[in-house]
Amino acid sequence: MEPRIVTNKQPFSYKRFFLQWEWMLVLLFLAITVMNMNLSEFYWDYENLRDATMGFLDKAFIVLPMVFVIILADIDISVASIVALSSVIMADLFNRGVPLELAMIICLVVGTVCGWINGMLIVKYKELSSVIITLSTMIIYRGIAYMILEDQAAGSFPDWFSYLGWGYVGSIPFILIVFTVFAVLFSLLLHKTVFGRQLYAMGNNTTAARFSGIRVDRIKVIVFTLAGLMAAVTALFLTSRMGSTRPNIAMGYELDVIAMVVLGGISTAGGKGRMIGAILAVFLIGFLRYGLGLVNVQAQILLIIIGVLLIAAVAVPQLKRSNRLTRNT
Amino acid sequence: MNTFDPPAAAPRGIWPKSMLSARIAKFRELGLLGFIILLSIGVQLRNPSFLTLENINDMATNTAILGILAVGMMLVIVTRGIDLSIGATLALSGMIAAQTVSAFPEIPPVAVLLIGTVTGLVSGIVIGFLVSKIGILPIIATLGMMNIFRGLTFWTSGGKWVSAHQMPVDFKAIATGKLFGINNLIVIAIIIYVIAYYFVNHTRTGRQIYAVGSNPDSAVISGINRDKILWLVYSIMGGLSGLAGVLWVSKFASAQGDTASGYELSVIAACVLGGVSIAGGSGKISGIILGSVLLGILNNALPLINISAFWQTGIQGAIILAAVLINAIVKRGVDRNHLMRRKI
Repeated sequence: MEPRIVTNKQPFSYKRFFLQWEWMLVLLFLAITVMNMNLSEFYWDYENLRDATMGFLDKAFIVLPMVFVIILADIDISVASIVALSSVIMADLFNRGVPLELAMIICLVVGTVCGWINGMLIVKYKELSSVIITLSTMIIYRGIAYMILEDQAAGSFPDWFSYLGWGYVGSIPFILIVFTVFAVLFSLLLHKTVFGRQLYAMGNNTTAARFSGIRVDRIKVIVFTLAGLMAAVTALFLTSRMGSTRPNIAMGYELDVIAMVVLGGISTAGGKGRMIGAILAVFLIGFLRYGLGLVNVQAQILLIIIGVLLIAAVAVPQLKRSNRLTRNT
Repeated sequence: MNTFDPPAAAPRGIWPKSMLSARIAKFRELGLLGFIILLSIGVQLRNPSFLTLENINDMATNTAILGILAVGMMLVIVTRGIDLSIGATLALSGMIAAQTVSAFPEIPPVAVLLIGTVTGLVSGIVIGFLVSKIGILPIIATLGMMNIFRGLTFWTSGGKWVSAHQMPVDFKAIATGKLFGINNLIVIAIIIYVIAYYFVNHTRTGRQIYAVGSNPDSAVISGINRDKILWLVYSIMGGLSGLAGVLWVSKFASAQGDTASGYELSVIAACVLGGVSIAGGSGKISGIILGSVLLGILNNALPLINISAFWQTGIQGAIILAAVLINAIVKRGVDRNHLMRRKI
């Protein structure tokens, strides 16, 4: 008897293809573009748009690993504090005479170690949720940044350092190129490797994933370490853009980042969502902020819009599901 | 004949280690109290002005708002939720209250308290609706609403502050006035704690909150209206944040767009220190009192013993992490103890 082959690939259907969350984001993106073009004649301009990306891409580096974290149904709210700590340590070392190249490497190492500590604590104390662990480390990392710099600012970096945040390669911003490289790497990692499939498996059912031979603890530590590393990358670019650093740098970034990831269609229940959604959400919020900024809409109104978008992004799929449930029963 | 006799004849010798942790767990609050006493003695030795009546009164006044919010947060966390929006709710209702008093200076203070509480209550009801009826995860729903409330606060104020000279004396007296020689804030906090103690331990609804938290499915099966309970706890949280908003504005005599931003983390920390489990289902009023008091003492004592203000955040974070980890380790001991008893 022939073994029946069950494939996990569903046949292609146009309906399913277009009923994806990402199309919703694309539509929203177009709507925002049209709205912004009507609001201001300066919006639709290649150079303006290009330079606008430099303004919001710094935190986008954290969005990439945060997608992994949320696919695991975890959350990391310490990332902004890691940005602050690694940035402060880098600037302080530089001001004490360490060469900037070395200080930048130390910055990356500090971020990685912070992320690793988060991961180890979460794996060793499974009964504690990642919310509570990263909440405590968030306070600690920020606290250490305050211990180092107190109320001072540190900076006066050499000119070449500002290239990270302000420089161009040809006519394309350097930060945009670096982000594209990282975005492609993380997308490939999530969608084309065994590691990525294991992330989805763990997000759907950690116990089942463990019993099917996935080293869940190791993967979790890797994911949180990646989040720390990318927070340090953000620290490099952000510090370069600001030209100096303070312990209260990047305050509130964690919530921005989580909002972008959730808006990108990555389910906080774990196991669902794609990298492209989060990347679209980054540009969506970035251009929305830029366009409204052009016509002097207050940043606070923007807060309201982002809040509504965030809740709508989560509520719409929920409503759809509950409708279907009531119809079936 | 009962075949399920308790294992009375079990060899007791195999338990001592786990018994110890079980005993610690039973007196968890006692341990926290011990820590608070040790800390106080240590600080007192370094600076004798710590345990004066005046300073204790100051400390209690400063901790009262945190304590009030911790009650609501405990109820939310007991149902396995979390509320990140309370800082923003507090700011919004504080701002609305402040604008009301600056526009109508004759309004009695009680009415202002009511306005703030109702504003907060409405905010809480909205969050409760999102969480219970639509089924959005609490952390996301409150994160979104936090943005919205914070934006509304700036919007209603047009980005301006309401400062002390715009507020009538009566209003500022809410926080500075005294009842029987005790600051009003402390009195309000005590009243809320008494009500909360009765509500949580002696009413049906109060017990249902714990039932929903420890096992939502069995709670529903046993006839508890889970949605109603969830809606209720977020509304209570909102109402308390609204009340706290008015008290905050009256105490600091200024309402700003970024009032209390990040304060939600202190409140969550007070609950966690007080032994409220983030996994839901457990948490005691006595615990959160001690948790709030510990945070209050840390805030007050560290400057008194000349620890730089810049070290306080780090020290607080370290203490919170230590408390959380110790709690987890103790709980492991208890669980192992239960398992051993079952094994016979």
